[in-house]
This record gives sequence, structure tokens and C-alpha cells, in this order.
Amino acid sequence: MGITTPNGFNLDNSGKRIVVDPVTRIEGHMRCEVNVDDQGIIRNAVSTGTMWRGLEVILKGRDPRDAWAFTERICGVCTGTHALTSVRAVEDALGITIPDNANSIRNIMQLNLQIHDHVVHFYHLHALDWVNPVNALRADPKATSELQQAVSPNHPLSSPGYFRDVQNRLKAFVESGQLGLFKNGYWDNPAYLLPPEADLMATTHYLEALDLQKEIVKIHTIFGGKNPHPNWLVGGVPCPINVHSTGAVGAINMERLNLVSSIIDKCIEFNRNVYLPDVVAIGGFYKNWLYGGGLSGKSVLAYGDIPENANDFSPAQLHLPRGAIINGNLNEVHDVDQRDPEQIQEFVDHSWYEYAEAGKGLHPWDGETKPKYELGPNAKGSRTNIEQLDEAAKYSWIKAPRWKGNAMEVGPLARYVVGYASGHEDIKNQVDGLLGTMKLPLTAIFSTLGRTAARALESEYCGRLQKHFFDKLVQNIKNGDESTANVTKWDPSTWPKEAKGVGATEAPRGALGHWVRIKDGRIENYQCVVPTTWNGSPRDTAGNIGAFEASLMDTKMERPEEPVEILRTLHSFDPCLACSTHVMSPEGQEMARVKVR
Amino acid sequence: MSEIETFYEVMRRQGITRRSFMKYCSLTASALGLGPAFVPKIAHAMETKPRTPVVWVNGLECTCCSESFIRGAHPLAKDVVLSMISLDYQHTLMAAAGHHAEAALEETLEKYKGNYILAVEGNPPLNEDGMFCIVGGKPFVEQLRHAAAGAKAIISWGACASYGCVQAAAPNPTRATPVHKVITDKPIIKVPGCPPIAEVMTGVITYMLTFDRLPELDRQGRPAMFYGQRIHDKCYRRPHFDAGQFVEAWDDENARKGYCLYKMGCKGPTTYNACSTVRWNEGTSFPIQSGHGCIGCSEDGFWDQGSFYDRLTNIKQFGIEANADTIGMGAAGAVGGAVAVHAAISALKRAQKKNQDKVEG
Repeated sequence: MGITTPNGFNLDNSGKRIVVDPVTRIEGHMRCEVNVDDQGIIRNAVSTGTMWRGLEVILKGRDPRDAWAFTERICGVCTGTHALTSVRAVEDALGITIPDNANSIRNIMQLNLQIHDHVVHFYHLHALDWVNPVNALRADPKATSELQQAVSPNHPLSSPGYFRDVQNRLKAFVESGQLGLFKNGYWDNPAYLLPPEADLMATTHYLEALDLQKEIVKIHTIFGGKNPHPNWLVGGVPCPINVHSTGAVGAINMERLNLVSSIIDKCIEFNRNVYLPDVVAIGGFYKNWLYGGGLSGKSVLAYGDIPENANDFSPAQLHLPRGAIINGNLNEVHDVDQRDPEQIQEFVDHSWYEYAEAGKGLHPWDGETKPKYELGPNAKGSRTNIEQLDEAAKYSWIKAPRWKGNAMEVGPLARYVVGYASGHEDIKNQVDGLLGTMKLPLTAIFSTLGRTAARALESEYCGRLQKHFFDKLVQNIKNGDESTANVTKWDPSTWPKEAKGVGATEAPRGALGHWVRIKDGRIENYQCVVPTTWNGSPRDTAGNIGAFEASLMDTKMERPEEPVEILRTLHSFDPCLACSTHVMSPEGQEMARVKVR
Repeated sequence: MSEIETFYEVMRRQGITRRSFMKYCSLTASALGLGPAFVPKIAHAMETKPRTPVVWVNGLECTCCSESFIRGAHPLAKDVVLSMISLDYQHTLMAAAGHHAEAALEETLEKYKGNYILAVEGNPPLNEDGMFCIVGGKPFVEQLRHAAAGAKAIISWGACASYGCVQAAAPNPTRATPVHKVITDKPIIKVPGCPPIAEVMTGVITYMLTFDRLPELDRQGRPAMFYGQRIHDKCYRRPHFDAGQFVEAWDDENARKGYCLYKMGCKGPTTYNACSTVRWNEGTSFPIQSGHGCIGCSEDGFWDQGSFYDRLTNIKQFGIEANADTIGMGAAGAVGGAVAVHAAISALKRAQKKNQDKVEG
């Protein structure tokens, strides 16, 4: 039977039901179910978060200065971004400002994460949706070399011998009969369109990117001591600067700065010589595959990030743009206020939670989280062996956040749509340039490939911004300012009795917010609304479908039993499921309605 | 198993020269803290041993262990995956999804029964019938038990699998439970840390492949070679601790001089890990070197030992040049109420001694 959702999608669940569980090459655990009609076209989509850890409950009663470390462990892929959001929320609550150097270092770390995450996402999580490594065995190394030099004349690794070596290695791997990670892939599916040479080139870059990504993150290691999960600090950054005097070996000194600088250059080079050219080259073969737009052309949301100056989060000062677009009206970019109780609300009618007042949306400062795991009457299987979910009832561990009642898409494409619509110069130039090169209209960005391309453009932009903030850091040190932390309010005795704050960032996957309430020096309540909560949200009270679900609609599947197309589109969001799920209760009893007033 | 090629055969077929192969063996030897005399032994093992399938399952976790694993520099992650093991099931990286992924798992469990290594990232939640973590429509704990049944050995990656980590912090709402409390009939190697150091992860795997046995474990089940000493024991800032030179506030003069972070809450004196020796990301740095104290992420229950900025009590009174065992005992006792610390430390001492004897002998 067919219904039309308030956000304009026609759902029909009468066709054959296909279940993908686990969805792999993502962070965390996720399930997806779709109905396809007799043409193999998706007519209904159901996205389910299948894990829940309860970090917000765990945070209650703890020292707010420790919260960054707990929330950082929400996700080890976008490592550090929750920590940054957390220290911002606590600083906002307590009125703590940070020094300029801390702002530059935090920005460099956050930008570094964007680049690392985007590169790893494209090559190691997403590429196999477009690239067929088995087909690469049929490539002519000489022709591959020519292709490489044509798409990226500046990339030094391009000789026929180089590609032959990689091909031989792959060949031996495949012939060993132990396909490892490539086992049971969909390698003979007609959805794969690349010629063998492009497959060999891209597979080679899969390996190059694997080597490179461990270099990229060393910036986190320098400033934060390790990666994954570097260290952060409320009031600034933990690493002191000492470029002139005794003891400099234990601080950020000239050698450390030189290492940071060289890694920044490597990032810029890889983005320009490998990542972007690959996206253009691969995208060129798939440019007629323009499925997956979903909400991107309708409703997108960005909080903005990367403040030029310390402690100034006004939209004009943010390098990554802030704003909301609804109903596809690119002529109007709405400002976003995370404090406004009417703007961001979470609904749980289709999530495995219940509110005191059913059907209501709650702002995160007033959030409740009381788990309620139950399957709907039309689900198939049992409570501990789900064969098919009933999306008319509760069906996910993810809540449904809405902005002024609208389901929103967040992430690189959302940021780029907001940036483009608000006339952000760098973003506009990049988007127009890419569309010009590929001879595509603006509307083409509202697609799976648009999401993938926006991520690549953003990685390139972030590379340049990293350099900008490095230069700024050095200039500031040159001016005599070596300060990295403000400790005037480190001691809890200086804090107000009660305080509340918001921290917002742009995680690689999109808008990320933490809301904290502090009372008597302890966390009274902590709520996170994360990018995949937005993108992976189930239906809401009004019946609006979320971004994942919307993006799968109307996609044609070559072979419905092989979910290549579903993976393609879901991966284009870079889902992060450990991030997306919310609070819960201890052993079913305390059922701690994480109550805030 | 006989049709499986050895590492050496595969590496050779993949165009790796004998010379590079020997270099790889010597790197492995040094990564494991072994002398040059061990290189031929490793080479011999690699030439004769088959590639071992590894099945990697994920429970409640944050994927930092997978991320750390791919940061490996010696050996490189690509060499591990292409040439050393057969990583047959790994959600984060594998091509297949849904029932195709599950079929890949089943095939390995069946074909290599008793011969594969099970690597566990994360842990199973036991509340809500296990449905706080669902894989293929069923509780993760079922998959874990199923995969463990035919495993040769289990590696518990990271603090989650080893101890429970952040989701098991009080009040542990999902009843997240470490692997060894669910699987009790298999050898389990705990490789704690949040995450563990990349080279420690690959070091543990290569040790098992090379020597065809489990690494020597301490009482808690951690490889003694990497977890046998406290970060404090090998910290390059230790002389400042001994000299009573401490950072008193973030970014003060002493911080800029690289003094000891003990007063800022550093947990190095009670944390057993290789951070101050192997360091992170190809030896680039480690938390203390970058100005923040150790938060003790490789210790059981480190989330529930008070603030990360609370000073370890009882350490200072021992003054400089105190016996490391005494400090460790007092501190661990004060911090976590660790059980039988003295015995554990003595056992560790014995383990270290044995290892040293072996290397020297």
C-alpha cells in the first residue's frame, strides 16, 4: 500500500522485502530493510541503528572536565571531534575563554580529522562500492599508467612498472584463494562500471591511502599525544609551547612544528594529486548514476565550525558555514540556534525509547531517555531473532531529531549546500569548478555522488585551512604569545552553582552538538545529538522519513539480492552508529529517565 | 590447512624480494624486543607456517581499535592484510554486507575450525536479552559465542573487550561485559588500551604467527612483553619526578620545561603499558610527551577511579628515589583497590625476568 510522507516521499511496502544486516564498512552496527518493486526499484526504506551504549547516563555525576574523554570514546573513527564538542560545551557553560594558540591548534586538529576521515572513508569504506579490485587484474599496466598521468600529471607514482607490481601482488592475493576482506564481494555485479585500468588505479590508491592515513594523524599525536583518541583540555590545549628555551624537547618546539608543517603539505598534496582526481575520474564513469539525493535538495543543516578567532562563533567568522535550508529553497539560509527550545527537538515514536508525554519533541537540554525495546505487531521473527522490522512501530536505537519539525540531512554535502547558498566564496568556486569540469548542472550535487564529491572538495579545502591556521599559530608565537591554556577557572570552586552550555562542531559526518548542565561542580545532565542521529533517524511522529531512508528511495537495483546500490548510498553518508544512539537505563530497573527539567 | 601458502611463499609471489623479506623479519624481531639472533628463527617460521585466518567481530565499541590497527607502521597494515593473515571477517573493512558477510564468516568458521584466531573488538551487552547490540537480527553475544567455539585462541582488543571500557563505566547501563566473562573455555589474550598501540596489536599477532604459541601473559592475561612495566618506569620525565620537579598548573613555566605531570593527575605510575617505550604513531609521541597526563586507559576500570586530574594519593610521600614496587603498590591500592597488587607485581617481575633470560640466552 502506498502513502506519501509529509516530506514528500511516496512509500510502498508491498514489494519484496530485502534485509541488509549487518551493513558493513561503517562505524558501528546498522541494519537496513527495503521493499523493491518488480522492476527492482526501491519503494520503501527502513534504517535501523542496532546498538546502544548509554554514555550520557554514565556521564551523570562526573567531573565536567573529564567529559571530553568519555565522549571522545563515542567514536574512534571521528576521534577527537566529540572531545572538542565537549570542551566547548563545558567552556560555554562556565564562561571559559581559550587563548588564540589553543584556537589555532584545535582547528588544526579538527581539520586534520576531517581530512583523515574523508580519505579513509573514500578509499577504505566507500571505494569498493564503485571500484572492483578483482577486475583490476585484467588491466594493462601501461594503459593504467597513461590513465594515471592523464588524470593527475603531478602524482609521482605512475609508472607502468609500479602498476604492474601492484597488480602482481593483487593477483597473488586473489590466486591464494583466501580473499580475506574481498571475500563474497559483488564482483560480477553489472553495477560496477569502471574499466580494468581505472579499477587498478583506484585499487592502487586504496593501498597508497592506507599508508598515508597513518601519517596524516601524526598531527594529533604531536598535539594530543596519540591517535586514535588524543588528549584535550578544558580551557585550551594540553601541549605547552616552548620554541626558545631550556626544556623545549618536552613541548611544541621547532622540530615539532616542522613535523606538523610537513604533514600538512602531505595532506594538501594527496588531496590534489590523488583524492580529488580519483573522485573526478571515477565519478566520470558513474555520472549517469544520479540516485540518492534524498533530503539533500530539500532540507539540510550545518552548525558551522573552524572559528577564525578564538571564542567567536558568529557565522561570519566560521570557515565551515552555519545555516539551515528547508523546502529546497536555496534562496533563504536560516540561522541556527542550538539554545532555542523550538528549533532542535528529538522524537521517539519510532525509536526504542519512550517519553512521559507521547508524541512530543524534546529539546536536548530537556531530553528524556527511557529505553523501550519492543517490536511492532507486523515484525517477523522474534525479539532476539529479528527477520523483518515493523516500521509502523518502534524500530531503531536512534532517536529522530528534527529542526523546526523538519527531517534534515547533515554532513559534507549539507555544509556545501549551505555554503553555496550563502555565497561562501571558497565553496562556491570549488563546486562551480568541479561541475564545470564534469559538465554537470548544479542539481547533480543532490545525489549519492554529490555527497562523495562534496567530501573530497571539503578535504581539499580543509587542507588549505590547516595551513592557514599553522601559519597563524607560527605568527602568533613570533609575536611573543606562547600561551595555550586559560586556567583561571580550572578550579571547580570558581564555578557557579549551576550552569548550562552548548558545544557545537562540524564532525566529518555533519553537525554535532553536546548539551550539558552542571550543578555543584558535577554533570547533572549530558545530551549529544550527533550527525548520524540526524541522517540515520527513523520516522518521526508526523511520519517524515530520515535522510538515509529518503536517499534510498526510487533507486534501481541491478540485482536486488546484492545490495551494491544500497551500500553505495548509505556509505555516501559515512554512517557512524556508535555515535548515533542514546542514553539508557541500568538493568531495566533504574530506568533512569534521564531527566532534566 | 595444507593448501594454505606460507607467508614467505605469498610474499615472494607478491613480488617481495628475499632481501625485503629478511628486513621485514628483523623489523619484526626488534618490534618484539628480540635480538638479531632471532631473525633467522622468524624467517624460518615465516617460510614454513601457513597463513592463519583471522575472524574479527565487533560488539559495543567505538571502532578505535580497528582505526589503531590500520595505523600500524611495522608491519604496515596492508602487508598484514595482504600477506600475513587472512582477515576473513571484519565489519569495518570487508567488501560484503548482510547475509553475504555472514556467509563469509560461516565458511571460515567451518573450514578452519580449531585453526583460526578470533579477534574481538568491543564487548557484548547482556541486558535487554543482548539486544543493545544486534548483528544480523540477533544479539551480538550469540555471534561471539558461535565464533569462539572453534577458535584456536581469542584476542581481546582494547579496553572494551578486555575490561568493559567506557560503556561498562558506572552504572554500566547495558551490562557491557568483557569477553573473558562470557567465553571461559578458550585461551584469551587481553590487549588493553583505548585503543592499544598499533604496533602492540600487530606485535601480538606476529608473535603468535611466528612462534606458534601464545605470548607469555601476566596474571591479568596481558602479554608481558608489552604490559610488563608501568609507563612511569620508562617515562623520559621520570628524572623530574625523582627530582621533585612538577608541573603545577597547565601551561605554567614547568609545563614548558617538560617537568613531571604527576601533580596534574598523571596515571603513569599505576598504568602498565608500552606508551613510554614504543610510543604512538610510529614513535611520534605519547600522551605525557604532549603535555597531558596518562589517563590510565589500559587499566581495568580506569573510568571509575575518580577524575583524570585527581592526583594519585600516597605517591608523593615516598619521595624521590623510592622503590618502584612500593610506589606502584601504594598508588594502585589508593586508586583502584586493585586486588593482590603485591602478588601481581611479583608475578610480573618473574615474567619479565624470564623474558630477559630468554633473550639473553
